[in-house]
Amino acid sequence: MPRTSNQVAEAPNGARILVRRLEKSFLLRHTHSLKESFIAAIRRKPLASSFTALRGVSFEIGEGESVALLGFNGSGKSTLLKLISGVLQPDAGEVLTRGRVAGLIEVGAGFHPDLSGRENIYLNAAILGMTQKEIDARFDEIVEFSEISTFIDTEVKHYSSGMFLRLAFSVAIHTEVDILLVDEILSVGDEPFQRKCLAKIRELHAAGKTLVVVSHDLNMVADLCERAILVNGGLVEFDGESHEAVARMRAL
Amino acid sequence: MSRPSAVGELDGFVRPGRSSGLVDVFTRRYLLSLLVRKEVQVRYRGSALGWLWSYVKPVTQFAVFFLALGVFLQLNATVPSYPVYLFSGLIVVNLFSEAFGNGTRSLVDNAALIKKIYLPRELFPVASTLVAVVNFLPQALVLAVVCLLVGWSPTVVQVLGILLAMTILVVLATGLSLLFGSVNVSFRDSQNFVELIVLVATWASPVLYQWTAVAAIMPDWALVLYQLNPLTAAVELMHGGFWYPTTDGSAPLPPDLWTYGLAGLGVSLLILALGQFVFRRLEGRFAQDL
Repeated sequence: MPRTSNQVAEAPNGARILVRRLEKSFLLRHTHSLKESFIAAIRRKPLASSFTALRGVSFEIGEGESVALLGFNGSGKSTLLKLISGVLQPDAGEVLTRGRVAGLIEVGAGFHPDLSGRENIYLNAAILGMTQKEIDARFDEIVEFSEISTFIDTEVKHYSSGMFLRLAFSVAIHTEVDILLVDEILSVGDEPFQRKCLAKIRELHAAGKTLVVVSHDLNMVADLCERAILVNGGLVEFDGESHEAVARMRAL
Repeated sequence: MSRPSAVGELDGFVRPGRSSGLVDVFTRRYLLSLLVRKEVQVRYRGSALGWLWSYVKPVTQFAVFFLALGVFLQLNATVPSYPVYLFSGLIVVNLFSEAFGNGTRSLVDNAALIKKIYLPRELFPVASTLVAVVNFLPQALVLAVVCLLVGWSPTVVQVLGILLAMTILVVLATGLSLLFGSVNVSFRDSQNFVELIVLVATWASPVLYQWTAVAAIMPDWALVLYQLNPLTAAVELMHGGFWYPTTDGSAPLPPDLWTYGLAGLGVSLLILALGQFVFRRLEGRFAQDL
């Protein structure tokens, strides 16, 4: 698709995320040492093969939109989310974002088991880009949301997995952001806590934050988001109303 | 199809995950300080001796070398205040090897984080270097106290020399960590290679013996090369600061100490620039290769 110049001029109006002809493939090395490479070369086996996760994906997400990324396992959803967060770099095309981006991507990645809950809150909030002042201001709110205030000075390794996830999620959701990337929220905690998380996400959405959600719970995302982008085989299959997208995905 | 347009055309937009290198580390100072504090807190967690380990290790190392070289090989008789000479060199090598070794492994150690959240990745090697400095300070304090007890009265020039030595070490270790750490992501050979470099470095600078022993045997050009090694410069500056003032002056410091000190700083800065360059070239693949 040739890009016209007026697209560039149009784009910034209220847009938060611009994704243009995005391509990403991964090189999978089959050999892990000189010896293996040598043997593979003698047997004329390939030393590496490449896997294409995205082959030319384009879309635009506006301010305050909530968008679900749908697709089966291996369709490229998570790759897309990682490209938007900056963890991965595209091979071709580009991703542009405006404003602060934070991901609820596998919460708890920055937690250290030997530190207390309190210390982990500060460390993780800082990892997610908050300043000391912002953390101080939100600290009580984070603890209250996680419902583990009695254990806040206990080392995290003594937490149950549910407590751990609650705290991690609570930190992530209280970061000051414009764009929130959410990957598999429903793996967090028990049902009352999940409901509380969804309510919090809706609250953020109502406050004008931009949401990008990846989940396998299709009914939940369809209700949470107005719009859905269905990715299949590294291409955008459908981009539109979320319930319709879910229906199309089920028909695939 | 044309290449994507520059970000400049779109006001307020950025390309996620493009850092400005080491500069970004200093804009995230608060996070850096938390990472350093975390490492310092966690290091000896669960051990009964705790932080005493950071004294036990250098003291044991010192005792072994002193016995073997000072007593058995009788360097104690030829080098004035050999214990001070030995210890001031050893803590330099320890700072270097700890910063370099941990810095090289830091990216692999933080793989979980690097794969999930975007951060300026230089944070990890820089934090490792700072942790090594935190570990080095009590050792330097012990050395300073010993020197004061045997009659050292520090001058401004000596203290400046010590600070220059530390600057050289920090810059050098950070640069090498960036270089070897980024290669280590794809090739774990790198961290084994680092152990070799540290081993060679201990013997290739005048830590255990005096520079005069090198000067007596090697041709002049080789001596110049030997002194251009930033580690040699750092060790000699430490000797100039701590050891030399405690002696009667019978064993000379190498000539042009300051010139080689500044040259060593220059070499270290070049290595830092090279490390940053290589790091940025390889950084794009970190999250997928780890």
